Amino acid sequence: MRHATLAGLLLAGTALGTAAAAQTEVSLWYHGAGNRGEAETLDRIVTDFNAAQGDWTIVVESFPQASYNDSVVAAALAGNLPCVIDVDGPVMPNWAWSGYMQPLPIDEARIADFLPGTKGYWDGQLYSIGLWDAAVALVTRESTLETLGLRRPTLDAPWTGEEFMAALEAAQASGEYDYALDLGMAWTGEWYPYAFSPLLQSFGGDIVDRSSYQTAEGALNSDAAIEFGEWWQSLFADGLAPGTSQDPADRDSGFNEGRYAFAWNGNWAATATLAAVEDAVFLPAPDFGNGNIIGAASWQFGVSATCAHPEGAAAFIEFALNDEYLAAFSDTTGLIPATPSAAALTENYREGGALEVFFELSNQQALVRPVSPGYVVAAKVFEKALSDIANGADVADALDAAVDEIDSDIERNGGYGH
Amino acid sequence: MASKLTQSNGAGWAFALPGFGLIAIFIVLPFFFAFALSLTNQRLISPNPTEFVGFENYRDLMGLAVITLEPERDADGNAIRDEDGEIAYPRVRTITRSDDFPEYRGMREWFRWQSGENARVVIAADVVFMKALRNTLLFVLVVAPVQATIALGLALLINQKIRGINIFRTIYFMPVVVSIVVVSLLWRFIYDGSDGLLNNILAGLTFGLFEPRDWLGETSTALGAIMAMSVWQGVGFHMVIWLSGLQTISPTLYEAAEIEGANKRQIFRYVTWPGLRNTAVLVLIVITMQAFALFAQVDVMTQGGPLDSTQSLVFQTVDRGYRKQDISGGSVISVVLFLIVLCISLLQRWLTRDR
Repeated sequence: MRHATLAGLLLAGTALGTAAAAQTEVSLWYHGAGNRGEAETLDRIVTDFNAAQGDWTIVVESFPQASYNDSVVAAALAGNLPCVIDVDGPVMPNWAWSGYMQPLPIDEARIADFLPGTKGYWDGQLYSIGLWDAAVALVTRESTLETLGLRRPTLDAPWTGEEFMAALEAAQASGEYDYALDLGMAWTGEWYPYAFSPLLQSFGGDIVDRSSYQTAEGALNSDAAIEFGEWWQSLFADGLAPGTSQDPADRDSGFNEGRYAFAWNGNWAATATLAAVEDAVFLPAPDFGNGNIIGAASWQFGVSATCAHPEGAAAFIEFALNDEYLAAFSDTTGLIPATPSAAALTENYREGGALEVFFELSNQQALVRPVSPGYVVAAKVFEKALSDIANGADVADALDAAVDEIDSDIERNGGYGH
Repeated sequence: MASKLTQSNGAGWAFALPGFGLIAIFIVLPFFFAFALSLTNQRLISPNPTEFVGFENYRDLMGLAVITLEPERDADGNAIRDEDGEIAYPRVRTITRSDDFPEYRGMREWFRWQSGENARVVIAADVVFMKALRNTLLFVLVVAPVQATIALGLALLINQKIRGINIFRTIYFMPVVVSIVVVSLLWRFIYDGSDGLLNNILAGLTFGLFEPRDWLGETSTALGAIMAMSVWQGVGFHMVIWLSGLQTISPTLYEAAEIEGANKRQIFRYVTWPGLRNTAVLVLIVITMQAFALFAQVDVMTQGGPLDSTQSLVFQTVDRGYRKQDISGGSVISVVLFLIVLCISLLQRWLTRDR
């Protein structure tokens, strides 16, 4: 009996509390379910925001990253989108074009000092903004560089393609490693276009022709792209890198255990590497002739088209852009905070921090993936072409096939609104 | 007969209604949707209006052509040969990407054969679909008979009155109860190229002579590996169906056969097998349909690779319809798959009909 009464009182209390505050609920979907640190940081921001003002209450729902995009698409088809959505940078144009998102009503001055990769523009308007960016680096050990007698590349003087290949061959010849280079072939999905299309761009090719976004012909099957493909295939044919059947566990621990000399990996894995490998160093991407480039844009926040209270959603996003929170996210996830002032607050990206180099990598090297609604399809096609080439397919034929598939998709979508 | 079924049988129809209704809503209706969508350019998400395109999707899927490549010749008209003595041919892309042959635009080599000095090349509008079709048919052709036979063998083994037989029944049935996704993940470890269980066992049995293979990473073994794993996973289910068939055979028939002096082989041939006739038809049709639906194993273990050697029709349906947001493309494949399965089921019914 006493329990029942207590429960009743509590219920009444909650109801009263809600009524008194009169805050309007604004829903938010997030991709980081199962990731405790991330969830705690987000919860902290939400709690702070809900307490700091009286108009809005943010309600968070988290999804596992692997099924997040599917959930959003399904919700959009069913007309059940939340107000604030979390969107992967390169996917944003697709959702904006499809009419799932509305432009983000945030003052441009507020985000003036944000890293370029964190701002999501489509059709000349800002649709999404990221609290962080990600960067990829060539990870190795100080001792590996010394033993193999390699020059230490810098942002201003990166390795050339030849120097890079010489380094890999030296590592292979040393006989100390299972493979010279771990590219992360086990990470199927967005990793392929994110991590590998910058290498293609460094050769002078691209996924699509960015001047018009209407075709991939002459970009993905250009002579430069075929040269990239031949080089890509040689990495696997010569046994320098593990191929598509790499065990994901090897990807996660292979470099840290010393089985790979070099790893092409994102900064989200850098904290674990630093903990395991004392003399880990993070090198900029090699330059194959057309600049040293890495991918930009990570997860960002935007407002759904069906949101009844975009001003509430925008208020929350603007609130979350505080340096304090950018730094908090960076400290838990290892990702790059979006502003220099936030970087100064973090453990890893402040001056002298272990990952400081990534901030400049992201600022100087980063190039966003093709900003087009068709990117989501082109990315899958690109992934398949790279897998096929790695497995020994004829390079020109595989790239031609990818071009045909991308072009027919663009055509069937009426040019994707460019 | 018909009158009894249709008239004054309200209760019967009422009982059937939930089942019929669910089948109609979730199976029959979606099929008609799929057929309608396959004639349009419907996208999963798009602001563009859907347009009727007729049979264009079917042409894009099944277009085939044969082209003849003549060898490259030197000044004397002799075919140029490379250092291995192979005749050098111009690349197929010089034809499929040439403005002189607009009819071959976008097509790609599927396979080729030699005819005299010329090479005949079959080019397809959708090579991936063709490979998926071939793999799926091969999968069905191998899995259906092998799985049915092993399941019958197991059913005969466990259809005995021995102490503890239920333990065996449980063990054989276990893989069926475990989710196919979990089973696929486990078999990925078993097939692992460097230190997988299978490589270790084979190396142990041959005292280290066996060279480890990357079972799922090589085009020659990937589909076979998926077949073996699928047979293992599904065999318990069909074993139970066979078992139920075995237990409907009257013991008096066996007793009579024994009194007549029939040996084990004869008993199986003249008593057991005829008694299993209807069960056999059911098992065969069910396995065939399940085998055509090959998806989860491919999705978890290989994603259709390496080099399309494990593409399957259902995997392509999902890949196109959902991941590449091309609902019409996915619908076309499901309609084609439906027609194939329908034809094969009708054929099987006809072949196994009561004469």
